[in-house]
Amino acid sequence: MENGNVIETFDLTKRYPRQTAVNGLSFSVKEGEIFGFLGPNGAGKSTTLLMLLGLSEPSGGSALVCGLDPIRQAREVKKIVGYLPENVGFYGDLDAVESLRYIADLNGMDRDATSEKISEALETVGLTNEKRKKVGAYSRGMKQRLGMAEVLLKDPKVMFLDEPTLGLDPDGAARLIDLIKTLNRERNITVLLSSHHLTQVQKISHRVGIMIKGEMVAEGSIDALAQEKFGVDGKEYSLEEIYMKYFQEG
Amino acid sequence: MQGISAVYRKEMADHFSSFRFVILFALIAMVSVITSYMAGITLKESLEGVAKPQFVFLMLFNTTGAMFSMVQFVAFFGPLIGIVLGFDTINRERAEGTLIKILTQPIFRDAVINGKFLAGVTTITIMLVSIVLIISGLGLILLGVVPGAEEIWRLLLYIVISVFYISFWLGLSILFSIFFRSIATSALASVALWIFLSFFVSLGASVLADMVAPANAPGVDSTEAIVKNIRVKEGISLSSPMSLYTKASATVIDPMRKTTEALVLMGPMEKISAGRFQNPLPIGQSVLVVYPYIIVLIALTLVCFAISYLVFMLQEIRT
Ligand SMILES: Nc1ncnc2c1ncn2[C@@H]1O[C@H](COP(=O)(O)OP(=O)(O)O)[C@@H](O)[C@H]1O
Ligand SMILES: [Mg+2]
Repeated sequence: MENGNVIETFDLTKRYPRQTAVNGLSFSVKEGEIFGFLGPNGAGKSTTLLMLLGLSEPSGGSALVCGLDPIRQAREVKKIVGYLPENVGFYGDLDAVESLRYIADLNGMDRDATSEKISEALETVGLTNEKRKKVGAYSRGMKQRLGMAEVLLKDPKVMFLDEPTLGLDPDGAARLIDLIKTLNRERNITVLLSSHHLTQVQKISHRVGIMIKGEMVAEGSIDALAQEKFGVDGKEYSLEEIYMKYFQEG
Repeated sequence: MQGISAVYRKEMADHFSSFRFVILFALIAMVSVITSYMAGITLKESLEGVAKPQFVFLMLFNTTGAMFSMVQFVAFFGPLIGIVLGFDTINRERAEGTLIKILTQPIFRDAVINGKFLAGVTTITIMLVSIVLIISGLGLILLGVVPGAEEIWRLLLYIVISVFYISFWLGLSILFSIFFRSIATSALASVALWIFLSFFVSLGASVLADMVAPANAPGVDSTEAIVKNIRVKEGISLSSPMSLYTKASATVIDPMRKTTEALVLMGPMEKISAGRFQNPLPIGQSVLVVYPYIIVLIALTLVCFAISYLVFMLQEIRT
């Protein structure tokens, strides 16, 4: 943490019997940053996040989250990291308030203070009017926003968002991206964001990393990556163009 | 602790609002009312004109009415309660994508299984206590006898043993729900093991005993051979939780019973007349007779739980 890196990995590796999902990954995310974590399906992004949360043991290398070891200090890490899994699941027979209350209980939050925090989280993600509806009846976009509310409930220092825009309509995706940007700016939450909505990612990311077949092939600000791939020709390149270039070469 | 109590509260609320629980409870309540009514009627008829013997209240639980006694019913049906409460504990959360969410909250991983197991045990206890209360109430009405202090102690002990017995099956089905990703597979595996341990082990025990120590082998002293045959059979059937439980609970419920072996089947009248010539076992002595069985039952439950714990702690959680 002394060097201002909220996330740091050193040669992080995950081998499965048949394939290597993450191969010698070393990258870092600075405090207050939104880091766009890009790569095709199966590149190893989710596996990396799981290792950062101590849910999956690395086959090699190590990682630090806020200076903590995710394996040996799993509980401390989970206190400060808000994680929105890919395809987050809910208990269909609970409503939004009950779902959030369970998360608050698991976090050992003070029972009196929770009601207020729950309303605040629901307000932030714009679910106040639907808070008494059973989650089973929620649309994909509403579920994703409820997932964000669960993440916010514990006042995280860092958020790991694994493809939060997956399956959302363009408007829903844009609104979620705006929310992430606001949270980053107003609450100084560091964000590790994996997404395929490159235009949206470009709007808010301070830096991006492109992962292909378990390896990080590029890491840096979008301008720096454009310069590396296309040279200085005065033209503005979109993240999409840069990504495709790396993808074709990787 | 914070994790365990949160999971426990959630799980209790789930149990008590589920159709599964309601159906299970309705079924059990119905069967207990019917069996104890039958038992009560049978007892009443056979006690007509006879001085009320000691411990008549307990007979409500082990008198076979038209079908089976309450003790037999729990021995047979109890495992199913444990299985129904536990077979999808972990794999349902996995399938619905909620497991990973819980495990990324600041709790220890074992808090999830501990909380769920404890909630299951509480539910089982509530069910059993209600059954015993239903039967007792009916008994009071039908027979007009009030249970004595010792009878109440014996019933409490019976409940404790039954809770352990059913909890073993709960633990086992939770283990399967951790082990198998598919809910149908874990349900099937639990039921298969139940059938195997409850029925085939006792059948297999006599077959095996006849093979290992034949009772009428030529050239051997026949009394010795028979004793050996029975010993082997006993030993093998101890691996069946059902026979462990049946022996333990029968001894606790019946003060006249001095070993775990029922050598002769007795009806209520024979029991009463036998009782005139022998003294009942004090409760402390009954406990001494059955405590090895209780220890084995508890050990089995703990082994199940230890394995669940190990498997779950080492598993990679992706959903
Ligand atoms: N349990 C597993 N066993 C074997 N391989 C796996 C397992 N889980 C994931 N993988 C493989 O690891 C690779 C990385 O997957 P993942 O991290 O989910 O990619 P991404 O999130 O970038 O789409 C994939 O090729 C996937 O097939
Ligand atoms: Mg993924």
